[in-house]
Amino acid sequence: MLTLSSIDAYYGQSQALHGVSFDVAEGEILALLGRNGAGKTTTLRAIMGLNRVARGVVRFDGRVISGLPTHKIARAGVTLVPETRDAFSLLSVEENIRLGYRTGSPYTVERLLEMFPIIREFRLKKGGELSGGQQQLMVMARGLAMGPKLLLLDEPSQGLAPIMVNAVAEVLSALRRDRLTVILVEQNLRMALDVADRVVILEDGVAVDALSRAAALADPARVEKHLAVH
Amino acid sequence: MNLVAAQIVNGLAIGMLYAVMALGLSIIKGLLNVPNFAHGALFAVGAYVCYTLSTIGAPFAVALIGAFSGAALLGFLIERFGIANLTGGSYLLQVLFLFGTALVIEQILVLIYGTTGVSLVPPAMLGGAMDLGFMFLPRYLVFCALVGAFSIVAVWLLIEKTRIGSSIRAGIERREMVQCLGIDIGTLLTLGFALGAGMAGLAGGIALPLLGANATSGNDMMAIAFVVLVLGGLGSLYGAVAAGILIGVAQSLTTLVAPSASTLLIYVIMTVVLLIGPKGLFGER
Repeated sequence: MLTLSSIDAYYGQSQALHGVSFDVAEGEILALLGRNGAGKTTTLRAIMGLNRVARGVVRFDGRVISGLPTHKIARAGVTLVPETRDAFSLLSVEENIRLGYRTGSPYTVERLLEMFPIIREFRLKKGGELSGGQQQLMVMARGLAMGPKLLLLDEPSQGLAPIMVNAVAEVLSALRRDRLTVILVEQNLRMALDVADRVVILEDGVAVDALSRAAALADPARVEKHLAVH
Repeated sequence: MNLVAAQIVNGLAIGMLYAVMALGLSIIKGLLNVPNFAHGALFAVGAYVCYTLSTIGAPFAVALIGAFSGAALLGFLIERFGIANLTGGSYLLQVLFLFGTALVIEQILVLIYGTTGVSLVPPAMLGGAMDLGFMFLPRYLVFCALVGAFSIVAVWLLIEKTRIGSSIRAGIERREMVQCLGIDIGTLLTLGFALGAGMAGLAGGIALPLLGANATSGNDMMAIAFVVLVLGGLGSLYGAVAAGILIGVAQSLTTLVAPSASTLLIYVIMTVVLLIGPKGLFGER
């Protein structure tokens, strides 16, 4: 469904990705792992067209999307839920979700409010009035409302209280049941391996390893050596 | 006492005009993060479109719609073929472009209409005054207040109750994320600029029978609109409305005691409010 072929991308003036290649099959959940600054977020932003791909090609559904404006990539079926959350603080929870909704999406606003019971009771509150965890669930719901073919999830559990981490994990399990294609950037290794089919590891902007979930579980040291702080 | 009440009513009507002007400025500032230095010129364009349509026999209501549409169309062109091409450039470039565009528009108006300026007598049904018991209120001022209120409510409905309005509010806050939701930010910015420009044009049309018009008559109004914008609080669309009315009433009341200080008062109020609370009266950022 998605193929990155030898892409170079920049974070500001600095080159953050050096010839990164991997692919994601339809219905697969791919965990993108690595230390801070390894290039995980830049990879997601490059796929989304937010960071320029200076070299290489990103193909989605058989079509080259690198170089397209972000809104066209989104309309093609790719959705980013950023680590910064980017909740629209002046819009209500329901407006936030409705703004993402595209006709034909299987994730209707009503279905999403059932999937995310924690935010259901706050549907009329402004996005800016929610806690960090509630905002995280809201922006995940907003992303799903688009009915994406590919969901890019950047650090969904970052900085959340344990109860909210559990809520995020439940949503990830639901996405797995729905066979949604996902690229998940996650520092919480256990959570990532609970849902991922495969793992790709980035180090200093280079994809240094790729392995199946079974291989990662059988040989955790192979993954952890790339995540430990030097 | 009756005189004070009369001035308050007058101030409300003028304040509504300021509010229409400043709301347009606020939408543009919020979405594009650039102060629209062509706002005064667009006000003048609205006044001249209104004047031209009226002199060829169009009903005043049609002339006002024309004032809005003409300025909105010009705003559309300014954004699409000017500002949009400068987004990769510096903020200063955009400001200079708008400043230059204002001068070009003013000179084109001078070429077409001359330097003398024009005026318009309101339609007969809007002429004369209403007897409120304690004062005679010019019907045209009531009309100004009603049209101003109507257009503000229409913009409120557009912004609060429609998908494009949600997109505008979201785009003001997080431009990048809006694109991630499949919304074409370029089109959104152009539409937002056109809407803001249209409001300046509408204000120009409404003001024509009150103030007359010449090529540079929008400059004073633009200065007031900037004061209203800052006073209301940058980032607060509706703060501009409240501040516009406040300034109108304050200015009108000042003419009772010190007519020549009424303009000075506007800038004093702004300075004091900013010193006490830099976010303005309703600022959120």
